[in-house]
Amino acid sequence: MARYLATRAWQSLLTLVLAAVVVFLGIRALPGDPALALAGEDRSPEALAAIRSEYGLDQSLPVQFWQYVTRMVRGDLGTSIRTGEPVSEMLRTALPVTLELSLLAIVIATLLGVLAGVVAAVRRGRPEEWVANGLALVGLSVPHFWLGLVAILYLAVATNLFPASGFVPLAEDPVANLHHLVLPSVILGTGLAAVIMRQTRSSMLDALSADYVRTAEAKGLRPRVVVTRHALRNSLIVVVTIVGLQLGALISGAVVTEQIFTLPGFGKLTIDAVFQRDYPVIQAVVLVTATSYIVINFAVDLLYSVIDPRVRVAGEAA
Amino acid sequence: MTTATTTTGDRPAPADGEPVLEVRDLSVTFTTEGGTVSAVDGVDLTLGRGEIVGVVGESGCGKSVTAMSLAGLLPRSAEVTGSVELLGRQLRGAPPAQLRAVRGNEIAYIFQEPMSSLNPVLTVGRQVSEVLQVHERMSRARARERAVELLRLVGIPSPERRVRQYPHELSGGMRQRVMIAMAVACDPTVLVADEPTTALDVTVQAGILDVLRGLRDRLGTSILVITHDLGVIADVADRVVVMYAGRVVERAGVEELFVHPRHHYAAGLLSASPTPGRYAAADDRLQEIPGLVPTLAEQPDACTFADRCPAATDRCRSAAPPLAELDPGSGHEVACWHPRGSTPTTDHPAGEEDA
Repeated sequence: MARYLATRAWQSLLTLVLAAVVVFLGIRALPGDPALALAGEDRSPEALAAIRSEYGLDQSLPVQFWQYVTRMVRGDLGTSIRTGEPVSEMLRTALPVTLELSLLAIVIATLLGVLAGVVAAVRRGRPEEWVANGLALVGLSVPHFWLGLVAILYLAVATNLFPASGFVPLAEDPVANLHHLVLPSVILGTGLAAVIMRQTRSSMLDALSADYVRTAEAKGLRPRVVVTRHALRNSLIVVVTIVGLQLGALISGAVVTEQIFTLPGFGKLTIDAVFQRDYPVIQAVVLVTATSYIVINFAVDLLYSVIDPRVRVAGEAA
Repeated sequence: MTTATTTTGDRPAPADGEPVLEVRDLSVTFTTEGGTVSAVDGVDLTLGRGEIVGVVGESGCGKSVTAMSLAGLLPRSAEVTGSVELLGRQLRGAPPAQLRAVRGNEIAYIFQEPMSSLNPVLTVGRQVSEVLQVHERMSRARARERAVELLRLVGIPSPERRVRQYPHELSGGMRQRVMIAMAVACDPTVLVADEPTTALDVTVQAGILDVLRGLRDRLGTSILVITHDLGVIADVADRVVVMYAGRVVERAGVEELFVHPRHHYAAGLLSASPTPGRYAAADDRLQEIPGLVPTLAEQPDACTFADRCPAATDRCRSAAPPLAELDPGSGHEVACWHPRGSTPTTDHPAGEEDA
């Protein structure tokens, strides 16, 4: 197990370095000059040169990269070109919003998706399956920015059931916090819920026709126990994989959802930074995102071994 | 329930004691997209207390479907008619809750493929103990202790360690022993073993059959062994039921059948199995029965083996032969218009292959 963890850590580090290089070069390849964006009205060459020198933009790319890496290793993510705030401070306020939003979306999507998938498989060929399939189709094909707007229109503006926008930190008022996040989380989770539902349904259908389910039935277990303890647990192995793969889509979905519901999260931070060519912020945002991908993938791998004992042994042997 | 023992009619009395399971005129039809398929047609079967009955036949002869239908384990697309009585109680068409109380408790199953028949994500201890929790209402801890005892009973070494392991950590033979431990956990009246040794090595097979025999001897369990392997039948069974295309074609004591098969199909099966010493003669080869088991949309009023039978006449194709004793009182029944005499097995005239 220790060797497995060491290998994983090494791979993760390599991925992070690559991500840092790609984003560093990527944003500098974009058209547009941060100095121009900052200079505003005063676009004299002297003013631009002053700005460039202040942020180290007049250095060669290798030097800039070296500075960026050495600072980052010390935990210094730099200062925002746009606001002058330390980037780490901006992340500290934005990150919890996105984390909470994504986590809630995952929880909601998993609960809805697994439940609908199980129902669709167990009640195969009956109205329940058609309803579940129909909902999944809607979840997959309707873009969630549109769903978000419709939800704001009918559930927030027209009926006042939920706030249309804004955010209250969890520490300040947990109830208000949840109230603000329910709608965006559901909207963000719809696509994921649909994918999970389809996957659960198909792997449940496989599991329900498996020999061990016949054994469970032959033991005289109640149908509910056969479905949950025997069929569902085996199906979840596949579902976990899908959830892991879909988390990337969820993070990019969060950017759009935050924009619609004007949540002060990562998405908003990213969009603002890109428009302003705020290099330090973009670099930090991408790095944090890449790190979370890696952490999530690692968590998914660990989750496998909890669900599937066969993976546990393979992992120990590795 | 001590219901008065139902009379077995003209059927021979089972080896030991009263019948525990009586199947009468059991028929199973499946409705598929391609129409209906008749899998089992009018099967009668009696299992006495402490008796081991073998049901033998090729793939597709309806033996497994018969086995599954006993405790109502067939899919919803199956239409089952006839009667299945366990100690005088009718199981055919019984409500689901009643069938669940019987399954794993009074009628228990062992399946062919122990790897896929065990749940890969639950420990074997859990899989054995959940039967006890359901039927014996044992606590989890008590059921676990009992699971250890059961694993020991079926000959699994160091069961205390094994209960915590998962199926993939055990060998094929050990897995099948776990299946058996699971099946006998609640001391069932009837144990149905559907191809219990087919997926196992020969040396492991013998061990599994020993366990089955041991259960019968120690616990008095009645066992129905479903197999295509006559070697298994010869090893454990007291009586044999030969099935062909959904019907019982011959029924006899195990030695009687092996020495004097009366149905041409049974004789064909025997000559298709190797026996020690048979290869002494150079031109004596294993005979195969020409053709395949037919899949029938409906059961014709004819002998379904006629097309593959060396002795078939027009009569065979126009009327189904009834299952009857040739010599009254012998207990040897055959469904054939032209049963074989007491010719030795190896003289089966089916094969006209050139050497």
